[in-house]
Amino acid sequence: METFLGFARSDGSAGIRNHVAVIPSVACANGVVAAIARAVPQVVPLYHGHGCGRAVEIEMHTRVLANLGRNPNVAAALVVGLGCEMIKAEGLAAQIALAGKPVAHLEIQKLGGTRRATARGIEIVNGLLADAARQERRPLPLDRICLGLECGGSDAFSGLTANPAVGRVSDWLVDRGGTVILTEDTEMIGTSHILQRRACNPEVAGRIGSMVAEAEQLTHDLLGPLAAYVIAPGNMDGGMSSIQEKSLGCIVKSGSRPITQVVAYGQLPDAKGVVLMDGPGYDTESMTGLAAAGCQAILFTTGRGTPVGYPIVPVVKVASTSTLYRRMEDDMDIDAGVILEGTSLDAVGRTIAQLLARVLDGEPTKAEVNRQEGIVCMYTLHPAF
Amino acid sequence: MASQLIFVDDKDNVAVALRDFKKGEALQWPGGPALVAFTDIPCGHKVAIKDLAAQAPIVKYGEVIGRAKEAIRPGQWVHTHNLMPVEKE
Repeated sequence: METFLGFARSDGSAGIRNHVAVIPSVACANGVVAAIARAVPQVVPLYHGHGCGRAVEIEMHTRVLANLGRNPNVAAALVVGLGCEMIKAEGLAAQIALAGKPVAHLEIQKLGGTRRATARGIEIVNGLLADAARQERRPLPLDRICLGLECGGSDAFSGLTANPAVGRVSDWLVDRGGTVILTEDTEMIGTSHILQRRACNPEVAGRIGSMVAEAEQLTHDLLGPLAAYVIAPGNMDGGMSSIQEKSLGCIVKSGSRPITQVVAYGQLPDAKGVVLMDGPGYDTESMTGLAAAGCQAILFTTGRGTPVGYPIVPVVKVASTSTLYRRMEDDMDIDAGVILEGTSLDAVGRTIAQLLARVLDGEPTKAEVNRQEGIVCMYTLHPAF
Repeated sequence: MASQLIFVDDKDNVAVALRDFKKGEALQWPGGPALVAFTDIPCGHKVAIKDLAAQAPIVKYGEVIGRAKEAIRPGQWVHTHNLMPVEKE
C-alpha cells in the first residue's frame, strides 16, 4: 500500500495540514474572528460571506459550515457566533465535535461585545493550538485521500492539456483506493449519457441524469435566451462544435474510472472512487463545496490564470499553456503547456501526481505560499430575506 | 519538434490545430501520418485525421461529439458546417 505522511484523526480520516480553524457562524461575527486571527496569526480564519437572512439555504449552509470544521485538515476549531443568528455556533460546534476533534464555541452577545469575545477567543485558540501541536505526521494509506477537481478561468487549451493531464492523476489516485470529486454540473450538460456509462449501478446512473437535467433546466429558467451562453458550445470561433465537445473538455478531469456516488453540495461521500458533487461552476463556491465534502487537496486547472486558493485546503494550480505558466509563475504550480510542445499527457500526469504526493506530505503549494485564503464563498439558490 | 496538431485520445478521428494552416500545407505531429491540409484550418479548430463517411461518428476525447453531415476527408476542417450535433451516442 502506498502511503503519505499525514495526521490521523480520531474519526479515521487523514489530514494533510494541521490547522486550527476559526469559523464564524454568520458574517456579523467576522470582525471578532479577524481580531482573533490578528492576535494569533497561526489560526486560519474562514470569513463568512453571508448574513443570516437565508431561508432556503439553512440546511445546506449548516451542512457546509459544519463539514468545513470536520475537514480532516482541521485539527481543532473555534466557532464564533453572534447570538441571534439563524445557524447557531453551539449547534455547529456540536456537529464538528462528532468528528472527534477539539471544538469550542463562543457567542459575542453573551460575552458582552467585541473585546471580551476576542479575549475569550484568543484564550481558546491558544489551547486548541497546543492540542494541535501534539499531532504528528505519520505514514497513512493513500486511500484516505479525497481530491477535489476544479477548473477556473479556462481557455481553448484547458481541455487539451491541463484537464486531461489531471484526468491521469484521477485514475492514479482511484487505482490506489482514493477518491476524486468532480463538480461544476453546468459543465456536465450534454454529457450525462457519457457519465452514466461509468456509473457503478443504475441508481447512480439515475442520479447523474437527474442532476445534469436539473442543472440544464435551472440555467434555462434563470437565463432564458441567455442560457445559450452557458449551454451552447461556448465560443464557436474558438473551435468548439458541440455541447458534448465543450463539456468533455471539463469532465475529462475525472479520468476514466467508475462513478460510485452522487452527493449534494458540501456532503461527505461515503464511497471511494469517482464521486460527482452537485454544485455550481463558479470556482470559489465550488471549492467551498469540495472542502466541505472532505477534500484534503484540490487540483485546479486554469487557462486565463487565477491565483485563488482555499483557507484550509492546499490548491495545486495547473496552467494550460507555458505562456500562462511563465506570466504567472508565482501562482502556477505545474506547466501543462509542455503537452503542446510534444510532452505526453501521461508524462505530465506523472509530474502532477509526484507534486501532489509532496503536497500531501506537507510541501506548500504556490497558493499556500501566497496566503491565498480570503473569504468562504458558499453556494446560494435564492436571494436573502 | 513542437507539435502542430494535438489529440487527446487514441480513439480520436479528429485532431486540434495548434496554429492556422493554409490549404495545401503539411500537417505534422510526432509519430503521426503525413497529411496535407485539404482546407484552411484555423488555430484551435479540428481537422479530420481519418476518412469519415457521411453520418460517421466524429470522435474526440474518445467520445462521440457529433456526426459527419457529409463525407469528410483527412486534412479537412471539421466544425459546425460539417458536424451534426447529436443528443446521445
